[in-house]
Amino acid sequence: FSIDVFKMLDLGVSVNHIHDKLASLSSLQKDFVPFLLNFLREQTSQILTNGPSTPAKTPNSKAHGSQRTGSERRTGHASSSRVQLFSPRTSVTASLPVRRGRRRGSSSVGASGRQGARDLGCSLAEEEDGKSDSASWSGGRRKSSGAPLVSARSPPSQLNLNNLEEFPPMGAASGWAKSKPSRRINPTPVSAERPLSKPKTCFTSTPVSRSPAAHWSAGSSPEAFAAVQEGNLSSVMSNSLQEEREMLKKERYSLRISFDPGTPTKPSYTRSASLPAESHLVTCANPAKVSCKKQLECLAQLYSSCIAENLVPNIFLELFFVLQLLTSKGTSTAEDGDSDPEINVSGRQHFESVHNCVYFAVRVLDYQFEIISHLEKGMLKLLAENERISSFSPTLHKRLRQAYESSTAKVSLLLPCSVQSVSFQPETDNRSNFPSDRAFQVFKKQRDIFYELLREWEDNHEKTVWDFERVLGSKIRAMMAHLSATCNHSRFARLFQKQLIQMCKGPIGGGASWGDTPDQDVLNMLGSDNLSRLKRLQERFVVPQSIRGPCPPPSFPGCQQFFRDFILSAGSYQFNQHLVDSLCLKILELNGLTLVEHDHSDGETDMEEQDEKKRFTVALLSLRLLAKFLGFIVFLPYRTAEQPAGDMPDSALVLRNQTLPVLDILKLLRQSIRDQRSILTIPWIVEYLSLVDHVAPFLDYYRKVFGLLLLMVLSEDKEMSFLNKLLILAVLGWLFQVELFLLCCILSAFPSFSHQDFVPLVDQQLLYTCCPYLSELRKLLASFVAGSGGKNGGFIRKITPTAAESLAPKASVTQQKLQVDLEQAFFHNQPPSLRRTVEFVAERVGSNCVKHIKATLVADLVQRAEAMLQDKVKEEDVNHDKLLEEVCTHLYEEGAQALIKGREFCKKKGPEAVRVLLPEETSAAVLSSAESIAVELATEKACGWLSANIAALIKREVKATFNRMLKVPGFPLPGVDAVELRRDCPPGCQHCAPFPSQMINEIKYVLCVAVGPREEGEVVDYVWLECLLGRLSQTLRCRKFMCPTAEQQLAKCTVELASLLVSDRVPLSLGIKSSEKSPERLRGKNDPTSGLLKLLFSIWKEDFGTSVPVQLIFSKKNVGYLTEAKQREWDLFLFLLHGLTEHELMRTSEIQSCLHSLEELPWPSVSN
Amino acid sequence: MCLITVDQSQSTLLSIFSQEYQKQIKRTHAKHHTAEAIETYYQRYLNGVMKNAAAPVLLDLANEVDFAPSLMARIVLERFLQEKEQAIPSKTLISSMLRDPSQIPDGVLANQVYQCTVNDCCYGPLVDCIKHAVGHEHEVLLREMLLEKNLSFIAEDQLRAKGYDKTPDFILEVPVAVEGHIIHWIESKASFGDESSHQAYLQDQFWSYWNRFGPGLVIYWYGFIEELDCHRERGILLKDCFPTDIVTLRHSMAQR
Repeated sequence: FSIDVFKMLDLGVSVNHIHDKLASLSSLQKDFVPFLLNFLREQTSQILTNGPSTPAKTPNSKAHGSQRTGSERRTGHASSSRVQLFSPRTSVTASLPVRRGRRRGSSSVGASGRQGARDLGCSLAEEEDGKSDSASWSGGRRKSSGAPLVSARSPPSQLNLNNLEEFPPMGAASGWAKSKPSRRINPTPVSAERPLSKPKTCFTSTPVSRSPAAHWSAGSSPEAFAAVQEGNLSSVMSNSLQEEREMLKKERYSLRISFDPGTPTKPSYTRSASLPAESHLVTCANPAKVSCKKQLECLAQLYSSCIAENLVPNIFLELFFVLQLLTSKGTSTAEDGDSDPEINVSGRQHFESVHNCVYFAVRVLDYQFEIISHLEKGMLKLLAENERISSFSPTLHKRLRQAYESSTAKVSLLLPCSVQSVSFQPETDNRSNFPSDRAFQVFKKQRDIFYELLREWEDNHEKTVWDFERVLGSKIRAMMAHLSATCNHSRFARLFQKQLIQMCKGPIGGGASWGDTPDQDVLNMLGSDNLSRLKRLQERFVVPQSIRGPCPPPSFPGCQQFFRDFILSAGSYQFNQHLVDSLCLKILELNGLTLVEHDHSDGETDMEEQDEKKRFTVALLSLRLLAKFLGFIVFLPYRTAEQPAGDMPDSALVLRNQTLPVLDILKLLRQSIRDQRSILTIPWIVEYLSLVDHVAPFLDYYRKVFGLLLLMVLSEDKEMSFLNKLLILAVLGWLFQVELFLLCCILSAFPSFSHQDFVPLVDQQLLYTCCPYLSELRKLLASFVAGSGGKNGGFIRKITPTAAESLAPKASVTQQKLQVDLEQAFFHNQPPSLRRTVEFVAERVGSNCVKHIKATLVADLVQRAEAMLQDKVKEEDVNHDKLLEEVCTHLYEEGAQALIKGREFCKKKGPEAVRVLLPEETSAAVLSSAESIAVELATEKACGWLSANIAALIKREVKATFNRMLKVPGFPLPGVDAVELRRDCPPGCQHCAPFPSQMINEIKYVLCVAVGPREEGEVVDYVWLECLLGRLSQTLRCRKFMCPTAEQQLAKCTVELASLLVSDRVPLSLGIKSSEKSPERLRGKNDPTSGLLKLLFSIWKEDFGTSVPVQLIFSKKNVGYLTEAKQREWDLFLFLLHGLTEHELMRTSEIQSCLHSLEELPWPSVSN
Repeated sequence: MCLITVDQSQSTLLSIFSQEYQKQIKRTHAKHHTAEAIETYYQRYLNGVMKNAAAPVLLDLANEVDFAPSLMARIVLERFLQEKEQAIPSKTLISSMLRDPSQIPDGVLANQVYQCTVNDCCYGPLVDCIKHAVGHEHEVLLREMLLEKNLSFIAEDQLRAKGYDKTPDFILEVPVAVEGHIIHWIESKASFGDESSHQAYLQDQFWSYWNRFGPGLVIYWYGFIEELDCHRERGILLKDCFPTDIVTLRHSMAQR
């Protein structure tokens, strides 16, 4: 269905044909609906006003405004400004008929209808105003999210939402009439006596404003209001309408009189009246006592038609109203009426008794059975168990019962998930993704700080004394400063956004309260029985049971608070900009999921359908979350506490009309309507728009968006799944209510704007706004949307892979295009799953191909580079960068092989995967085409990437390896042979050798004794030392626990030991035999020390896997030891030198050069 | 596999001693690094070696003022080089000289420094190396156990090669549940988990791992203060040995 503006208008105009009743009143139609609704509200006001609501006095609007905290947008509408906004109304409306003639379809639209809507809208907006006061998200300093305060609202109208008895939360507390005590948390109504209880010219089921000033602004007398209205009306109204309105007006006045504070009919409501105490007042509704049945039936039909034809902006609001009537309890006045049922004649109320109200409500419910039957099971249960329904309409009762029994629409909320981190992905997060080491290091720190903040918030935010800005503000800003210094904002913004989705998409944190299937992991752990119990218990604790109102202002519940406050505390332009980018990117990605009508003929299984629904739900939830934050940031700079005064908006408008929005939501919205996926798009656009600033709705751009959305409500798309429709209607209903005032302003302030087509529709939308259970219904809807798609043409999601840049331009452009067209054509008549499979395979194989090349070809090259580097780096004074460049250049040529290997890989793996994934029965031709497309796409993706990046990749990897090489502790110093011999344990090694750490420890002990200072008589036992060297040999042979640093240390220590031995520094104890000089001592053969040295030669030669720095023997320090030794030790030194050469540990020439260099050192004049 | 059993309680005691000693050194570190102190030490060293170059001058000095000998050697070496080069020497140069005193241009100082590093029980290149080796050995032991249990993992060096910025010893490719807690990574600590070291590890390592890989397990092979194991719910699990109660995705491996 392609809805354009004109089509929409047609739909709007088609109001004419909707219903006989309406048709008969076609001249009045635009006025009729608002009047009908107002009439109903007024009529029922008495019965519903037993618990009055708004405070008596008219507070100073200025004072009220000043109490508001800065940034809440809707908060700041000073009531006084509202009056001004309304004042030009008369002229506005008067001019409308002239204009409307220009537009097709609008001729039938009475301007007075608009006016009515405007009246209504404005007063609703006023209510909004007061309400939103509570939901301030200013500056992150206020921790109160909407919920607790929202419940504090009291309706300005006849409805007392705070009375649980009257307004039981949906899906709970069945059988209120039995005065079953509510187990819900009592809301805290702010209420006071309302001496000037005025009849409302608008219907307001909205639980609203604590500020009565909002309703009756300056000069707030009913007469003044009526006068304004009358003026409007008279200018445009036809005679018959005029008469009708006069009638209604009279009625209103008579009501007003009856509500006069002076009249003692209305008992004062006190908050202290507890529920059980009040419950005895409930009148037992009796069908026999119903009066004016005919009139009521007529009204019920009219009303139901309006609902059925979407003439009400928010059907749920109407349902709420009807349920209010159904559950109303009699007041004393009403009871009085009971005794005298036939008094109600024209000019009197039709709804003055509970019996009449219930009768009407049951009639309407009967008419609206289709919608009701789509509600959640718990709700149906309550309705089915309702005694009033069963007594007033056994048939409806029966139908409800059946609906309940057959309903599977159980709604449950997910358990709140605990905080999880965003995982580190080397592909995107490792050093090679950063411009500099510093940027990498800084981001590493920022990530940790971010989670630290999150943990701190998690631990403390619920404490009363804890203040986000005070505790975390400066930390966050310090973090921002660091990010700025290294230009890491985009990276951090991405982390932020991912974490946001991770934490907040769930129902509690997300506040959207969408149902979902339980987590499979949890299910496995607990078993489904226990889980459902746990969940029910959990829900009772965590899900707010108090009525939050039909239309809570946009808020940031749960974890979202953290992210909102973070943004506010950071106050970083760069961060916000990058976050906006990141959010837009993700939104576009998610919104780009193609929703394909599910085709049952292609044999897709239920399982797949379920998966698709689940994915759709996830996407939708994420989109709404992201869009809300996007809206928050985008409109943040323009957010003002007060409605801009005077010319401000104009100048702002002129400028802001020139700028383009960050995300073209109008385009996306139009696309979504065209492509029939508005079910995905509208809900998030609504979230985005719910955060607009004061001025934005006046902008041409957003006016178009709002206009289009308004038209959407009227679009009767027969093909659309019923529940899809319900969702769209619900979110739009909510938005219009939240934005009502703004829309109102648009119309008031821009009477001549060019999109008049929208105006009549706007009127109708604005007229019917109220939706008590909206948030509850939204929960229901989510699961329904997710759970109903299959039968009613539900939606499946498809990932559209991003097209890879084509490689070498092998074919001409036209050829390529032809190929693409052919490919599209190929898919066109195939089941959608084929395309998904092919695209999926291509995407995965392409990606795997790159990984494979990295792991094989590149890894090999890097290894070779490592060897080359290791050789060259030992050369003194090498320029590392230059060296690196040299080595890499060598490798680039071979890197070109990557493309060949990549192609091979894709050609091999692609078909395999496609074959496995496609149905067995796929025809050979289709299969081979699918395979070749998959291979083609995969190759394109992989080789495209490789050809562009292989050189950089090689360089990056080589560089990383080189850096690691240089950083390895104990990296051999220049001059020390670095080649480490990679060895394995000897065959049959039991890995029983002492640990290297132990050996170092023991040798350290020997060195300690040798170096001194030592105790008198402290010696090293020769045998023990011999044994130690033996164990050292074992340790070195077993490679299992050896690490390079330990081995190098051991090598060094043993060389030191040898030096100390030949210098006679080690006090060896030989037991009985003393080390008297033997004749052969020259060769040192029998000298015990030489025995140890021989052991060392063998260990150095045979056991070490690393090179032994034997040249340290000739270090100044060690030769110094020697110089202090006696003659014998010089013999040992000679023995050592012989040993070194014999064991090929050093060449003679090396020894000579070492000895030569010793000569250059300053030696004491006296030497041995 | 057989391994040399180190007397566990002795190692634990040694580890605790080492930690306490380090705490004490940290407390007094500043005191020994004032300009006055450095000058005093240097002069005392010069006087000492003038009298008798073979005497353990530096070591005695360190013991006398209750400071780690290696660190005393560093102070004096730094001061010595400063005087000789007329410039502040780089940290790397000093470290390199401590590792290999032969590079020290003065033979007497080289001997003195070497004596200090060899005699130091808690600081210095030798001790550092021993600690490193001990850590490595326990990692190898842990790896053995993981292999034995058939738990596939990615080891630290592989992780580093992939460019991870923070790397626990092992990341499990397939997470398991230990005592009912899901873990993604295991870190081996061949030391005793006392409060201060644990806090430092949490800050520098464990939370960072959590931030990247989710919950995980820390094994303090030489034991830990029980009260520190308080982040289990949040995702940091402490053990003093390889866990026995492991549940894998497919089947239970408990009590193996």
